[in-house]
Amino acid sequence: MARKRIVVTGLGIISPVGNTVGQAWENILAAKSGIRRITRFDASEMPVQIAGEVRDFDVANYLSPKEARRYDTFIHYGIAASMDAVRDAGLEAHPANAERIGVCVGSGIGGLPMIEDTHTAMMSGGVRKVSPFFIPGSIINMISGIVAINYGFKGPNFATVSACATANHSIGEAMRLIEYGDADVMIAGGAESTICSLAVGGFAAAKALSTRNDDPETASRPWDTGRDGFVLGEGAGVLVLEEYEHAKARGARIYCELAGYGMSADAHHITAPCEDGEGASRSMANALRNGGVALDEVDYINAHGTSTPLGDIAETVAVKRCFGEHAKKLCVSSTKSMTGHALGAASGIEAVVSILALHHQIAPPTANLHDQDPACDLDYVPLVPREMKIRAAMSNAFGFGGTNATLVFRRL
Amino acid sequence: MENIEQRVKKIVAEQLGVNEAEIKNESSFVDDLGADSLDTVELVMALEEEFECEIPDEEAEKITSVQQAIDYVTRHLASKA
Repeated sequence: MARKRIVVTGLGIISPVGNTVGQAWENILAAKSGIRRITRFDASEMPVQIAGEVRDFDVANYLSPKEARRYDTFIHYGIAASMDAVRDAGLEAHPANAERIGVCVGSGIGGLPMIEDTHTAMMSGGVRKVSPFFIPGSIINMISGIVAINYGFKGPNFATVSACATANHSIGEAMRLIEYGDADVMIAGGAESTICSLAVGGFAAAKALSTRNDDPETASRPWDTGRDGFVLGEGAGVLVLEEYEHAKARGARIYCELAGYGMSADAHHITAPCEDGEGASRSMANALRNGGVALDEVDYINAHGTSTPLGDIAETVAVKRCFGEHAKKLCVSSTKSMTGHALGAASGIEAVVSILALHHQIAPPTANLHDQDPACDLDYVPLVPREMKIRAAMSNAFGFGGTNATLVFRRL
Repeated sequence: MENIEQRVKKIVAEQLGVNEAEIKNESSFVDDLGADSLDTVELVMALEEEFECEIPDEEAEKITSVQQAIDYVTRHLASKA
């Protein structure tokens, strides 16, 4: 039997550069940064006081006040992006084959702000101040649960967790489920919202974050000599994946094919990338092999590109290791230069961006790349977007623990 | 200041996401106002907060309607005074 083809029929995004697909894409093409000084909590005592916060997001568009109060913000974002993606795909009416529709929207960390707030309440008022909604309101698989409840989607339901590679793993595993025959449609992606003192404090202690507090909009500058760490972001990116014949039969609008999914582990260090790019390179190669995509079909890579001194070099080395000669011909950009790094949501947001790049045949730019690091010697599409032929687009995600996941999207 | 009945109804409306006009004294949280077991726990927590009291679990289990909540709070405030 021929292998099933998986296509993308719906997109949803909540991000520091916009809360609709149209608005986010417009801002990304304009190289507009979503990084500002932190407003979510009092960060005046923090070594890092900047982040990419989601702005102008009204949860009332998605949930009743009663529901919204109970769930932490990463769940709000995940539900919102999922609902937008479902609507985009034209699947909001409870379909007859609801048992064949599943949800897999993960998160890297989950409800840390709610954990922090609940602990504070318990320390001051005792255990009676712990809400019965604290656990369901903060656990990672609850986005998948609530989306299923709200739409009646009765297929596979879970969430993956792999730090900053979470969304790619979620999307990739969802793809495999459809291929394997467990579902016809999967709602898949990632969500994150940890702009709180514990997360900023923790990443700052690990010296992972940029401290460019006086100039937030230029703080995320992948491949620039002045880069000094990543900028924490937040949001959600969700896709509707669908078996090709199923999508065709219902006349769905198809953005592209999700051709390949690859994974690997560095087996090297808990937070640092391996400098020879071996693990990341294998993740990319595995995705290409899985999709039957030739090296020279890939015209664009949406990089993990977090703007850390070591990570940007390691990914550059990995791209060259995987693509050889072709590495110099393809384009690589990091849209984290505008969104910041939304951890478990990052590759969900970037999957949406990669699909739009393929759909519109435009490589989005890397913002703030003025003085390219000589050790980073690829074509990073600096500052302005580029209209170009894109046959296949790759999206990388690498996470703490040395986990790597890569997706390859291809024009149908 | 609002009386106890009004304050209780306001909390019930907020916690259960229902319109205040729909809440009658005889309304049962579960049967009439759509509450589940988690909702009722949270509702009792909100009552404790509003009326600055601690409602023991065995008492909380007996509060299943708006009138029972009003009665409990009234008794509690009387014993405090």
